[in-house]
Amino acid sequence: MSVFALSQAEKEAALLAQLTELTAHHRAHSPEYDRILSALGAPTAFGSVADLPWLPVRMFKTHDLKSIPDDEVFKVLTSSGTTGAGASRIYLDKEAAAVQPRQLGATLREVLGGKRLPMLMVDTISIIKNRRSFSARGAGVLGMANFGRSHVYALDEHDQPDVEAVKGFLEKHGGEPFLIFGFTFMVWQYLYEVAREHKLDLSNGILIHSGGWKKLIDIAVDNAEFRRRFAEDTGLTRIHNYYGMIEQIGTVFLEGPSGNSLYCPDFADVIIRDPDTWEERPVGEPGVIEVVSTLPRSYPGHVLLTEDLGVVHGIDDGDWPGKRFSVLGRLPRAEARGCSDTFAGAAA
Amino acid sequence: MSIENRLRTVFVEALQLDDDVDVENLKYRDIDAWDSVGHMALVAAIEDEFDVQFETEQVIDMSSFKVAVDMLRGFGVGE
Repeated sequence: MSVFALSQAEKEAALLAQLTELTAHHRAHSPEYDRILSALGAPTAFGSVADLPWLPVRMFKTHDLKSIPDDEVFKVLTSSGTTGAGASRIYLDKEAAAVQPRQLGATLREVLGGKRLPMLMVDTISIIKNRRSFSARGAGVLGMANFGRSHVYALDEHDQPDVEAVKGFLEKHGGEPFLIFGFTFMVWQYLYEVAREHKLDLSNGILIHSGGWKKLIDIAVDNAEFRRRFAEDTGLTRIHNYYGMIEQIGTVFLEGPSGNSLYCPDFADVIIRDPDTWEERPVGEPGVIEVVSTLPRSYPGHVLLTEDLGVVHGIDDGDWPGKRFSVLGRLPRAEARGCSDTFAGAAA
Repeated sequence: MSIENRLRTVFVEALQLDDDVDVENLKYRDIDAWDSVGHMALVAAIEDEFDVQFETEQVIDMSSFKVAVDMLRGFGVGE
């Protein structure tokens, strides 16, 4: 069953009911969240999804926000906190830990199908060697590993491109559909550049990538250019960027087959807000991205104001129903943070 | 050899379990060795031993030794 099925009107009706229930659930089970909402004077009934009270995503760095008793905490996820504010702490119970890979799976099934494809990881196996503490990058790699089989890593243990490993993978699996995963700028630097130099044929690949464009914008590569150059120089055309954050683990907004627009699965949505008035912005006008999702039940992360700028391009007019949007970058004042940005890299 | 016996051997080897582990009643994340990294190795080892290919959903749902046995029976793996 597809999770890209509901029109915007159908989705909003479903989300309003579920998110209103979740807001009450979190107020009842997280005293801290209830205190914050009481201080804001938040009501308990809402006319639309846009009326729901949001939490700035940064609050997960400064507050212990959870809606489960201590003895039911099964897993604590921490974000790649860098300077200053520290890392987000996201509390999962057993059920939440089980739900999130399922919903991620349901979302990616739309472009991957149910079968696990041979998988090229544009990363190094050493990223998952320290089993006690994964970086955000390691967690991302591991979370995606379930979607593939016969994993091959495109970087060696010293973070250098392992051209022979990639060639070997393509000799074995390049004639059938295969999966490629990596963080955006690593995919560019360590797969695109290598594939172009060695004339590798990636035309049967399906690329899933994420992690932000900051480093690529510096060298004038945006999403459209990324797609164009991959297609021209390597034959790779099935490319899906995604947008997601640890504070809403399991929810990803996925680029559609025609490219350059991210789509919301049925259990999630985005609202673009004016950073001065916080009013919702119309289609075509950029603002701050708010993300909503029905997944967070063990912590109050169901309505979050991000520190990213974005724009909705259209509603019910693209590859899949609902809103389609782009992420334009970080809010100017937000601290630098992002999974892929933790990789200092041997940048060329 | 029964599915259970073959699968027990795969579990012990892929997860490098000690002799005293109660493999039949093992659940995902019960022990440090069966974490997400161990799970990747385990799935690959089961696929090799029984010559099957799990779908993504099955890999995500494989939450215990017993579930794995049921999945293998579902593939028609013989005793």
